[in-house]
Amino acid sequence: MMRINWQKVFVPLAAMVVLLLAWEWLVWFKGWPTFKMAAPSDIWPAFLRFQHLFWEYGWQTLWRTVAGLGLAVVFGTLIGMIMGLSRMMNDALYPLLVGFNAIPKATVVPVVALMFIGQHDFNTVLIAFLISFFPIAVSVAIGLSTLEPEYRDILRSLGASRFTVFWKIALPKTLPEFFGALKVAVTLAFIGTNLVEIIAPHGRGLGHLFQSAQINSDFPLMFAVLIALAALGIFLYYIVVALERIFAGWADRAPS
Amino acid sequence: MGNLIEIKGVTHAYKTKSGPLPVLENLNISIPEGSFCAVVGPSGCGKSTLTRLIAGLMFPDQGEVWLHGELVKSPRKTVGMAFQNPVLLEWRTILQNVILPLEIVAPGMPKRKKEERAHELLALVGLEGFENKRPSELSGGMRQRASLCRSIVHKPDVLILDEPFGALDAFTREDLWQTMHELRVKEPFTTLLITHDLRESVYLGDQVVVLSGRPATTQYVMDIPMPGPRPLEMLYTPDAVEKLAVLRKQIQIAQGRVQAEAV
Repeated sequence: MMRINWQKVFVPLAAMVVLLLAWEWLVWFKGWPTFKMAAPSDIWPAFLRFQHLFWEYGWQTLWRTVAGLGLAVVFGTLIGMIMGLSRMMNDALYPLLVGFNAIPKATVVPVVALMFIGQHDFNTVLIAFLISFFPIAVSVAIGLSTLEPEYRDILRSLGASRFTVFWKIALPKTLPEFFGALKVAVTLAFIGTNLVEIIAPHGRGLGHLFQSAQINSDFPLMFAVLIALAALGIFLYYIVVALERIFAGWADRAPS
Repeated sequence: MGNLIEIKGVTHAYKTKSGPLPVLENLNISIPEGSFCAVVGPSGCGKSTLTRLIAGLMFPDQGEVWLHGELVKSPRKTVGMAFQNPVLLEWRTILQNVILPLEIVAPGMPKRKKEERAHELLALVGLEGFENKRPSELSGGMRQRASLCRSIVHKPDVLILDEPFGALDAFTREDLWQTMHELRVKEPFTTLLITHDLRESVYLGDQVVVLSGRPATTQYVMDIPMPGPRPLEMLYTPDAVEKLAVLRKQIQIAQGRVQAEAV
C-alpha cells in the first residue's frame, strides 16, 4: 500500500530547482566574484574536485553528531524523568539547567579542548551532547509533570507501581513532546559538532574542510561545504521524522 | 454484614498555605453488596476526595473506610474507576484500552482470554466493531462507554464513578444511564456514583446520599427500593417527581440557600 505521493516529492524538488536557478541568475546578474557569493555552477565543480573528502569528512561529522545526540537522548530523558517525577528535583535542577544552557557553547569548546587534550572524537561528541540535551530534558520533564492525575489514578487505584504507571502511561504519552524536542535537538547537535570542527580544528569533519577552504581562499569549496552541511542536516532531520511516524504516529490527526 | 462499602466517621482536611482546609467531616455512608449509591452535593464539597479515599489513593485524617470487611490501607486490585474525562490512551486501540487493567491485575492471563473478556464487554455496551479504532475516532459517548468497560473489565467488586456522564449531551447521557442498568444485570459490582444530576441519581441509585456544603457530612439519605433495570419513564412518575423535589430542596439546604427549618 506504499503509494508514492508525487506532490510530496515533486513540490520540494521543484522549489529547490527554482532556488538554484534564482541564485545562479542573481550572481550572474550582479556580476559577483566568488569570494562574495559563489554560484551553483562554481560550487558543483568544487564538490566534484574534493568528492572523496566530502564523503570521508561527512561521515565523521555524521557519526559524531549521532553519537552526541544519542547521549543527549539518554541523559536528557533521564534528567527530564527526575525533574518530571520529583517536584524538589525540578526546583533544584531547573535554574542550573537554564544557566548552563545560556552559556554560549562556542566558549565551552576551548575549555573542553584543554580538559581532554587530544581526545578529538570525545570532545566533539561531548559538545554535540551538551548543546542538544536541554530541549529533551525540558520536554520530558514537562510531559511528565503535566500528566492529568486521572491517568495516574486508573492504574494507581489497582495497586500499580510508579514504574508501571511511568512505563505504560507517562512515557508513551510524552512521546509526541519528546519527538518535538528531538527535532530541535538534532539540529543543535549538528551545530555542536561543526562548532568544534571549526573552532578547535583537528583535521576531521566537514568543519575542518570548511576551515581549510577558508585558509586556501577556495571560496566555491566553502560554499560547497555549507551545502553539504545543509544536506546532512535535512537527512538527519527526516530520520527523526521517520522515527516519530513509527513511535508517535498515533498523535498525528491528519484530517482524512 | 452485607455492607460492601462502609464509610465510618470520615474526617479529612487538606493542608494549604493558610492552614488546614476541612473537606469532609464525620461522613458516614453504607452501601450494601451489589447496590448502587449515588452521591450528590454542591460543587467543591469534597466528592472527589471521597472517591480517592475509597480507592485507597488517600487516607482520611480520622475515621475508617472498609471494603468487603477489610480496612482500606492501600489501593486494591478489586476497585474500578471511571471519571468525567474518559482518559483513554490515544496510542492504544479501544480493545487494548479496555484490557489495560487486566495487564496490572492479571498479568499471567493469556492474551486471548483478556481479549475475549474485552470483546464481551464492548459488545454489551454497543461498541461491537469499534475494537480496533483509536479513541480519537470515537464520539464522546462512545469513549465514555469504552471507559466504563475498562473500569469493570477485571470484575471489580467496587466501582467508583466520578461524574462519568457529566460532560455528555442529554440524549447520550440517558443512553448511558440505560447501559449502566444493563451492565448491572450482567456484572456484579457495588457502585458509588458521584454526580451533579439529580435525575441521574434517582434513575440509577438504590440509595441517594446528599452531602452538605464543605466540609461535607452526610446530610440526607434517600432509599429508592426499585430493583431491576428501570425504564426511563420511571423518572416521570409522580413518585419520582416527588423524590426529585425532596432532593432539590436538600441541595438548596446544602448550598446554604434555604434554612433547614423551611423544609
